[in-house]
Parts: sequence; structure tokens; C-alpha cells
Amino acid sequence: MRIKDLVATAISNTFRSKLRTTLTVLAIFVGAFTLTLTNAVGAGVSQYVDAQVGALGSPDVFIITQATDASTAGDGPVEFDASSSASVASNQGPPGTTTKALTDADLVTIGATAGIESVDPIRSVQPDYIEYDSGTPYEFSINATSAVTTADLTAGAQLDGGASEAQLVLPDTFVLPLGFASAEDAVGASVSIGITDILGEKHTVDATVVGVSLESLLAAGAGANDALIAELADAQSSGIDTAVTSYGVAVAHFDTTLSADAITALKADLATAGYTARTIEDQLGAVQTVINGIVGVLNAFAVIALIAAAFGIINTLLMSVQERTREIGLMKAMGMSSGKVYTLFSLEAIVIGFLGSAIGAGVAIGLGSALSAALSQGLLSGLPGLNILLFEPASVTFVIGLVMLIAFLSGTLPAQRAAKQNPIESLRYE
Amino acid sequence: MDSEWVIDAQGLEKSYGSGASRFDALKGVSVQIAPGETVAIVGKSGSGKSTLMHLLALLDKPDRGTLQVAGKDAKALSKRAVNELRNKEFGFVFQQFFLTPNVSVLDNVILPLKIAGMGGRERRRRGMQVLEQLELVDKAGNKATTLSGGQKQRVVIGRALVNAPRVIFADEPTGNLDTATGAVVEDILFELNRSQDITLVIVTHDEELAARCDRQIYIRDGLVVPQTAATHTGAHAMTTAGGPA
Repeated sequence: MRIKDLVATAISNTFRSKLRTTLTVLAIFVGAFTLTLTNAVGAGVSQYVDAQVGALGSPDVFIITQATDASTAGDGPVEFDASSSASVASNQGPPGTTTKALTDADLVTIGATAGIESVDPIRSVQPDYIEYDSGTPYEFSINATSAVTTADLTAGAQLDGGASEAQLVLPDTFVLPLGFASAEDAVGASVSIGITDILGEKHTVDATVVGVSLESLLAAGAGANDALIAELADAQSSGIDTAVTSYGVAVAHFDTTLSADAITALKADLATAGYTARTIEDQLGAVQTVINGIVGVLNAFAVIALIAAAFGIINTLLMSVQERTREIGLMKAMGMSSGKVYTLFSLEAIVIGFLGSAIGAGVAIGLGSALSAALSQGLLSGLPGLNILLFEPASVTFVIGLVMLIAFLSGTLPAQRAAKQNPIESLRYE
Repeated sequence: MDSEWVIDAQGLEKSYGSGASRFDALKGVSVQIAPGETVAIVGKSGSGKSTLMHLLALLDKPDRGTLQVAGKDAKALSKRAVNELRNKEFGFVFQQFFLTPNVSVLDNVILPLKIAGMGGRERRRRGMQVLEQLELVDKAGNKATTLSGGQKQRVVIGRALVNAPRVIFADEPTGNLDTATGAVVEDILFELNRSQDITLVIVTHDEELAARCDRQIYIRDGLVVPQTAATHTGAHAMTTAGGPA
């Protein structure tokens, strides 16, 4: 028997007992539906977290602070040391902790560490407002680390760190209030940023909007390139050298070709020197681990449903083998080999598995997409860019493949029974 | 000598079970069937006639004895070769039809060709040809379950015939049919023997049907016996009774 004929026969046999097939398919449907949805939740949340990580910084970047003072109770006050005791709230440690500032000497030390290519202090600037075309000014802040981050853009391009022109990536919430028709409309426009210097005098700095970004959970404010930050910092300091030699945080670029082990070693080196170096992945690793754990548990439930469905397949096919004893005997009498009989019944199991999983995945995608759209408009509208259910073709294909594999394994026992049947026994009628 | 017989069986023995429940179905049967012959295997139920047919049709293996089919020793044939032999050289007609329900008449008829791996178009062509021969063309698309008993048996004959076999084994072919329909089915079988030179091996307890065959082999308690009181004899009795050869 040709494979094509075997498949066609298996498909038509599957539909011979419609009610029974439908019920078995339903059981598989439930499992496949659940598995597709849980995978989609995992993918959706992961993608969101990845986008947030991108907003925090590029993969070849360390965020470096002084090692946190663990001021344990009972130690008593620490003696002041003019050279190292300046503390800066850096927002990089857990709430309630302060981080000792990094000095220029520290930057030199870090820069000299083997494997570090460059180190830059993060200078924070506090602009007052932003306005466009002399319209209404709006309160405004700039994300200090934006020069090294990758924004989650809706229009335009990323910041060019090397450009001499002052560039700005505008959060999309500013687009309409500032008077732009759309995100695309804002790209290329020149906006004015107002800033007050240390003497209380007001200045304005012009910048070109190069991109519009989605608001991010982890990096608030607009993005500015080095040129703009420098210009703002100059305006803020009012030309006076305020001798800012301490920084809360520095950003160090390391060799992108380093392996994961080498990066760990580099972190250890910096730790010995008294600095805490964390990559963006480190900062979000815990979050991702939790998400993966939750998705794993949900998947386990779906797989349990599938295992229950597998027994349904075994039962259905055993009944089918029983009912078709004579048909099997006849086919064997007519020269069909045991192997082909086995293949035929295995294919029937796979067809049932495919039906259940394809329908399950299809319905999950349909319902899930609608639900996801509704949620992002409603309950989850505070998290722009979050697609709670993301259906990736690869994972949907994987689910269908997995269910078909489970179905095939379930079909093994009935198929074996059919293949072993003795044609005379099957045809005996005396 | 080999090629003279399409089937040449010597001293076939077959038993089922073991110990106290052991049942000797055949106790040493030798049968030779020539090409183009029509042979009836006659006996009561439990006599071993069906077992004999199963052995001759290579559906089962004898415990002892030798069997040559078309000059080939059955024991030496691989499983695959046996399957192919049954598929290409044999046709089967059963008392209880064994048609696949919910499948069209044409699909039932072409089942052996499908198993043989023949292409769809050729399968259909030969299936329709056979249905035409059996005057069932108008039923080709009907489900097998909608047919009458006589029509069903004609479909079964069509299925046995479609691979142009050398031998057709018929096990009580008219057992489930009334006399008139049975006669029609018999006529079709004997006509096939005449026109296409297909060897017929018919297992039956119907003396009238047996009498229409060239030769009768009477089986009783697992042995071939000389024809019983039943009168009409075939032209020549080439049967031998006795122990293992």
C-alpha cells in the first residue's frame, strides 16, 4: 500500500465513527488549547521584558556602582573620610540604601581593568520643561542612561551617540500634547528644552527629535544623546566648574566578544576592586526566572490534560481495532503486511492528534488574539507595548507536533494489537 | 511434475491447542490441484475443511507436511513473498462477504489493488472493468451496506477477481444466499473458470454446488475420505488418504 493511500485511508477511517472521534478530538482540543495559550502568555511576557531590557541598555554594558555599604546595625557610625565618603543616591540599589559615589580616580581604575573598553560617568541633568513651536510647555525629564540604551521605538530612529547634533527620543505620551499630529510627524522636528542653572537663571536648549519611544516600565523619561546631555549639563552648570567629580553610576562598555564565563570573571575582578558591576540581564534575570517558572507550571497543567487525552486516544483506537477485526483480517488475507496495518492504525492516531491540536491551536489563536487586543485597550493599557498573548509560529508548530507525537505514542498499543492479529482468527465465523 | 499443479500439498497436519484441549484439525491430508480445475472441498462443519483451505491459501502454516504453490515451496517463502503471492495470485470469497461498510462498492472492489500499491487511476479503471463484467457499474458509488445479499456477493467476487488471480478460494460462497441468488453467484464463478481459466477451490457442505465442480474432496475428521454415499461423483478422484507423506 502506498503511503498516500495509507494516509487517505487513515483519514477516512477516522471519520467513520464520527461521535467517538469528535469526543476524543475534544479531549485533545482542551489540552492543545491550554498549551497554546500558556506558551503564548510566556512568549508575550518574555517579549515585553526583552523590550524593557533593551530600554535599559545594550548587552555589552555594565552598570557600575561602588559596592553597596552594608551598614549593619551595631557597627556604629563610620568615620568620615574626605576622599571617599561622598554618598550619592543613585537609584541603583534597593530602596533605603545609598551608594558611595564614584570619583574620577575610580573611573580610571575601572577603565584600566582588563576587558573594559571604555567607561563613562552618567551625568544627570534636570530640565524643567519641553515645548514645541512656542506652544504649551510640559514638565519633562531625561533618562540619564538613555545614551547607552535601545529605546522601544514606534517611529524614527535610535539616538546616534557620536553625533554632534543634539538629539532627543521623545516618549509617545508627549506627541499629541506638544501639538504633533502623529509620531511620524514629530520625527525631525526641533523642540526647545527649558533648564534652570545653579544660579536660578533660565536657559533653553534646542534639540531635534529623532525618534518616538513607548513608555517603559524601567527607564522613565526621554532619551538624549551625549551631545544634548553635554549641552544641558553646560547650561545647568552655568559655565561654572562645579567640580562635579563624584557620580552615582558609571557605564562601562566591555568587549562584545567576551564569553559568558569571561564576563563573570570580569565582574569578579571589578568586585575585588570594590565595584558592583551588573549587566542588564543581571538586573532583570530574577524577573525572567519568575516568569519562566509560572509559565512552566501552567504548561505542566496543560500537559497533564494532554496525558488524560492520550488515554482517550488509546481507548478509541482499541475499540476501533475490536470493531474492525474482520476488516483487518481481510486486509491481511489479501496480502497487507503487519507493518502496514501497524502504520495504518498509527496514522489514525496521528490524524486524531492533528485534528485536536490544530483546532485547539486555531481556536486559541483566535480567542487569544481578541482577548489580548481587548486587554491591551483595557486592563493592561498602563503597560504599552505589552502583548499579553503572543502566538509565535514556531511554538504553535511545536505544540501541534508535540500533540501528534503523544497521539502516535498512544496509538502504539492499539496498532500493535491490530498488526498482531491472525487473519484466520479474525475471519473465523463457525 | 511441480509445474503441473498449481497447488501440491503432501501430508498436511495441523492441530490447535495443547495437552488435553489439543484438537487435531488435519491429520495428514494430501491434495493436488491442477490449473484451471474446479475443486470442491466437502465436509461437515468441524471436519477440517476450512483449515485445509486456510493452509492451501497460505493463510496459515501446517505443523507438518509440504506445500507447493505454483511450483514454489511455501515454507521457503518469506513473509513478504507470501503476502505478495496471496495478493497477486489468490482471490477470496467469503460466506459473510466482509465488505467494508460506509465505503463505496468501487472502493471495496479495488482494495487488493490498493494493498498492492497500484496507482489511483489504474485502480479505478480495473475496478470499473470488473464491475462492468458483474453488471454492477450503476452501483459503483453506492455504499456497500445498501446492497442486497446477491449484489454484495457479486461485489465480493469482483474484489476477488480484480487482481486477475490464478486461484479463487471460495468459502461457502452461497451459504448466506437464497437458492435463486445462490445459483446466479455459482454461475458467475463457473463462468470465470471457463472464460478466464481461473482455478476454483470451493469449500462447501452443499452437495449440489460440490457436484458442479470437476472434482470433490471429502474431508471427515481431518482426513480425506473416499466419496460418501452422496451419489454424483466427479470424473476422476485424485485424492489420497493416508498418513504423512
